[in-house]
Amino acid sequence: MQTDTRIVIVGAGPAGLAAARTLVEAGLRPIVLEESPLAGGQGTRRLSPMTAPHRPALFGASAEAIARREDAEDAVLQQCDFRTGTLAWACHDNRLELLGPDGFDSLTYTHLVIAVGATDRLMPMPGWTLPGVFTLGGAQVALKRHASFIGQKVVFAGSSPLLYLAAAQYLRLGHRDLTVLDTTPASGKARAFPAMLRHEPRTALQGLSLIAELRRGGVTLRSGVRLDRIEGDSRVQRLRYTTARGRDMTAEADAVALGHGLRAETQLAELAGATFAFDPDFRQWFPRTDDMGRAGERLWLAGDSARIGGADAADAAGRLAAQSLLESLGRAADARQVQRNTRRLRKQHGFQRAMTDAFRWPAKQAASLADDVLICRCERVTAGEIRAALDTPSGPIEVNRVKSITRCGMGRCQGRFCGPALGEIVASATGEPPGRLRTQAPIRPIPLVFDAGPIAAEGEDT
Amino acid sequence: MVIPMAHHLFHPIDPGAPRPLRFEFDGEEITARPNDTLLAAVLASRERCGVNEFDGGGRAGFCLMGSCQECTMWDEDGRRLRGCMTEARDGLRLRSRPHGGSD
Repeated sequence: MQTDTRIVIVGAGPAGLAAARTLVEAGLRPIVLEESPLAGGQGTRRLSPMTAPHRPALFGASAEAIARREDAEDAVLQQCDFRTGTLAWACHDNRLELLGPDGFDSLTYTHLVIAVGATDRLMPMPGWTLPGVFTLGGAQVALKRHASFIGQKVVFAGSSPLLYLAAAQYLRLGHRDLTVLDTTPASGKARAFPAMLRHEPRTALQGLSLIAELRRGGVTLRSGVRLDRIEGDSRVQRLRYTTARGRDMTAEADAVALGHGLRAETQLAELAGATFAFDPDFRQWFPRTDDMGRAGERLWLAGDSARIGGADAADAAGRLAAQSLLESLGRAADARQVQRNTRRLRKQHGFQRAMTDAFRWPAKQAASLADDVLICRCERVTAGEIRAALDTPSGPIEVNRVKSITRCGMGRCQGRFCGPALGEIVASATGEPPGRLRTQAPIRPIPLVFDAGPIAAEGEDT
Repeated sequence: MVIPMAHHLFHPIDPGAPRPLRFEFDGEEITARPNDTLLAAVLASRERCGVNEFDGGGRAGFCLMGSCQECTMWDEDGRRLRGCMTEARDGLRLRSRPHGGSD
C-alpha cells in the first residue's frame, strides 16, 4: 500500500512545514513544492544573505529561537523530496501541473496538502498605483529578501496589526523617518483587547510592547484616521489624511506601505475541488474543511490559505492535517498531538477573530470611493466603470459577470489585489455579501511555450 | 515643505554594501549586490521598472513577493521574469517591455 502513496504538500511556509514534519516523523517522505527559492513562508520569511547579518537587530530576543526553528525545518526538508522554484499552476484529476526549474511537469498525487498562505488585502485609494506604494507585506519582504527600505520617509497605512510590526522592523534596521496611520479607532482596539488577551495573552502583550518600542523610537503613530489620497507627480510625494478629530493632515512621504489585513490564497484549493463558505467576520470566502483541515477524499488544507490565523495557527493546522492524512492511510493518529494542536488552533482562531474585530476590513469604504479611483491596477479599471457595469440591464449583478464586463480582475494578478474591493463595490449595490471570483488555471501567468525549440522546428521555414 | 527626494525608490539597508554585479536594463547599466533581486537592483537607482501598458503610469512592483506581476521584465529571449523573484546575474540584458512591441 505504501508504495502507491504519493503525498504532495504545496507551500513550504509554517503550515506546509508542520505537515511535512509530522509526516516525516511517521516515516513518510512527502514531496514539498515551493514556488520561491527558499522555505519559510512570508511573515516567517527566511532572511537573504544580504539581510542575515542584521538577524540580532531584527529578531532581538527571539533570534536564537528562530534560528533553531529554521534548522529544524531544514532537517525535515532533507527527509522530503523538496522542490524549490516550482509553481503548481493547475490541478485536475488528482494531478498537479507544475512549472519548475526544468520546465513543465505533471505530478499525480494520492494525497494533497495545500498550504499556500495569503497576501495583503487592500482597499484602494486615490493614488495607490503610484510608484512608491507597496503592500504592507511587501514592505517587510523588502527588508528580508530585497535588503532594501522601500523609501526614505515611509508611511505604514491601513488597518492591520502588521502596521506596527513592519514599522518596528524598519526601526530596528536603523530607519528613522517612519509614520503609522492606522484607520482603526483606538476605542475599537481597546474593546477587542480583553478578548485578544484571553485567547493569546503573550501575543496581545507583545503588541503593546511593540507600540511602546515605536514610541521610544520616535515613530509617529496615529489611530482612527481616514486615508484620503496619495499624491505625487510620477511617484509618491505625500499622503493626505484626516485625523480622528477631523483635521486635514499631510504626511510627506516617498513610500507608502498599504495593508488592510490578509486575503487567503484559495485558487489552487478551488481547482483541487474545495467548496467555499463566506465568513462574515473576516468578510472573505474560506474553503470548507473539517476540524482537521480535510476538504475532500484526497485533499487537506492548512494555514492562512485555508483560514487567516497567522504562523502559530498555521503550524497547528499543518500538524492536524498531517494527522488526519495519516489516519486516512490506516494509521492511528497521535491522540495527544491531535488534542494539543486542536486546542492551539482554537485559541489562535479566537485571537484572530478578536483581532479582525479590532482591525476591521473597511468594507463600507468601497461604496464611497470616487468614480475615478483605480480599482484594478493591472487593467486600469475605475470604480466608476464598475458602477456603470452594475447599471447594465444585461443580467444578474454578480461579481464574475462584472469582471467579464469590465475586465476588473482579469489582469496579470488575476484579481488577487482588486478582488476584495471589487466584491465590496458589487456588494454595496446588491446588499448581499460579496461574491467570490471564480478560479481559472493557470493560477499565475505562465509562458504558453516554455521551450520554443520543438514548436519552432515544426513551424514554417523562415 | 518640499523634501529633496532621491531619484530612486529603494534604499539598501547597508548603503555601503559592494555592488560588483552588472546587468543591462533598457540599455543602461545596473549594479547589484551578490544575492540581489533584479527589482531591488533596478529600484536602487530608478524610480520605476516600467510603465503600465494601458495608461503609461510608472510601475515599480507592489507586492514584492511574486504575486502582483507589476515588476515583470523580459530577458533577451523574450521570456517574462518577475523582477522580485529573480536573482541578479552578471551580463543579463533585460527590458521593461516585451520585444516586438512598438516602443
